[in-house]
Amino acid sequence: MSPQRNWPYLALAGALAVAVAAVAYLLVDVASHRAEERTPFVRVVEVTEDTTDPAEWGKNWPKQYDLYKLTAEKTSTRYGGHGGSEAMPAEKIERDPWLKRMFLGYAFSIDYRDRRGHAYMLADQEATERLSKPQTGSCLHCHASVMPLYRQLGDGDVNAGFEKSYTLPYAEASKLLHESGHAHPVSCVDCHDPETMNLRVTRPGFVQGIQALAESDAPVVAAPSIARWRAGDRAQPYDPNTDATRTEMRSYVCGQCHVEYYCSTKQKLTFPWSEGLAVEDLERHWDQTTFPDGERFYDYLHKETGAPILKAQHPEFELWSQGVHARSGVSCADCHMPYARDGASKISDHWVRSPLLNVNRACHTCHQFDEAEILARVARIQDTNHELMQQAADALMDQLDAVVAAKAAGASAEQLAPALELQRQAQWRLDFIAAENSMGFHAPQEAARILGEAANLARQGQVAALTWDNPLAAQVAAPAKAATPTP
Amino acid sequence: MRPAPALAAALLGALIGLGGVTFGYAKGLSYMSTDPRACVNCHIMRPQYEAWQRSGHHAVAGCADCHLPSTFPEKYIAKARNGWLHSRAFTTQDFPEPIRITPPNAAILQDSCLDCHDALVHDLSGTQGAPTCVHCHADVGHGEPLGLGGPIHADSLPETP
Repeated sequence: MSPQRNWPYLALAGALAVAVAAVAYLLVDVASHRAEERTPFVRVVEVTEDTTDPAEWGKNWPKQYDLYKLTAEKTSTRYGGHGGSEAMPAEKIERDPWLKRMFLGYAFSIDYRDRRGHAYMLADQEATERLSKPQTGSCLHCHASVMPLYRQLGDGDVNAGFEKSYTLPYAEASKLLHESGHAHPVSCVDCHDPETMNLRVTRPGFVQGIQALAESDAPVVAAPSIARWRAGDRAQPYDPNTDATRTEMRSYVCGQCHVEYYCSTKQKLTFPWSEGLAVEDLERHWDQTTFPDGERFYDYLHKETGAPILKAQHPEFELWSQGVHARSGVSCADCHMPYARDGASKISDHWVRSPLLNVNRACHTCHQFDEAEILARVARIQDTNHELMQQAADALMDQLDAVVAAKAAGASAEQLAPALELQRQAQWRLDFIAAENSMGFHAPQEAARILGEAANLARQGQVAALTWDNPLAAQVAAPAKAATPTP
Repeated sequence: MRPAPALAAALLGALIGLGGVTFGYAKGLSYMSTDPRACVNCHIMRPQYEAWQRSGHHAVAGCADCHLPSTFPEKYIAKARNGWLHSRAFTTQDFPEPIRITPPNAAILQDSCLDCHDALVHDLSGTQGAPTCVHCHADVGHGEPLGLGGPIHADSLPETP
């Protein structure tokens, strides 16, 4: 047979070989995706309540762990990536000099740096020069995988260990943490049950706070399970780990730390939720609080005026709870850890970051506008909030000037008491929005309401200070109570 | 038999055999049906499938009722086109997310709305430049996008006796 007659068969054989290979590839691909869907993870090591090292968990859940490790990446947005009450970079202080004056008398000015992601929370805390002043062991509640240490301090009883931890100096608590081998930043075990991988909350500060909220009659739009618990027989205290829905848990785990709290040496770490989650609910809680020594609650005395100031921490959970996203059932994780697909498996993005860096997954699931439009809408909200903040800050600075001038003219502490009380109220509101990490986005109209009140209260305080020795003017401008509608 | 034709014949046999196994294993026949479960064979559509089960339309319309034309041969052209595009996208894992409906499929969807509801909306739907039905009724097929079934409000909870 001649070679000329063979080549069509050889060409056909070649094409068929390619086709067979392609089909074989498809078969393997289908099979692997099926396996992927059926077996989302393989437990190759045992993890327990004491496994605080995320790398161990990473052996079983490598996809989530790989994303978690990305929290070490440096990211920033227009207003974030360096914000936060105690982590303002020099540029921000220079842009908003009122921040520094507002905080005079508070230790934050010793050291402040760019904030970094979850992976660095412990290392950064251990490196801060604020430790040159005595700090409390309470700080570890949110900067370390601290549950084994609480069990150790409480002889197995988490709550007893927690109640004890504020009396320990930070250095001592940190030493114990390192000796026990649990010196890791907040890790898998802090939000996941090691047996079932279910979301769970572990932090006693949160559990006590949310129980106090449940026992109040404040509205809880963002927490339907609390409404359900209230309507029940209340035989057991509200337990987020058994009573809350999955959607609520996707916010609660974040609310273990991204909240307003007291964290210092005079009393245990406290979440001020016994009156509700709105800004004046928190203020009311603090106003009703006295330290164990009987003194009125405050965070610091303002260096210029002597006013007993409430320092807002970073009330993301509280401000979110007042906004339209919370009302619509959108949880923290829906935007900050949106679902992502990896092959045939669905995972949540453990690279916790600003949704503005992840618009496609974070926003487009619900909002069908192009990315530029979504970013423009957010920018409009945040720019407006920033502008409102400047207005409130102007009012506060003018009030401080008035108080300083009144003191210089001989006003006594008693004569200035109304002005100082108004400074406390105004500053609490301004700081609440300035320290919160969303530039107003978590609840834009609520943020605007709070800043409007802040400006109003500061102006009232300014008038009170300017009229300290003028009974007639003081009578006309008698400071009104904050015009807060009850929700 | 001569070697070259024999090789070609053997490979043809291998292709038929392996192709048959793959077709069976990948539930190829299910794509000939209108069973909504066929649409979650490839795992990607599971959130859409689960959301549909909670939607207002699940009792009256399955995936194919809305997403495929009801007429011949358009139905089979759409099946072939989407089948090819979907399997290529999933096998190569190369497609934009979140998944959005493409313009040709959106046109099919609109026609499907009218298949049932035309009598009611005829005066509206005939207008030039009229919005599509799902522009406003976005939740009829798959519920509200959020959390696969929409938010749960405290005030929508049942009364406790």
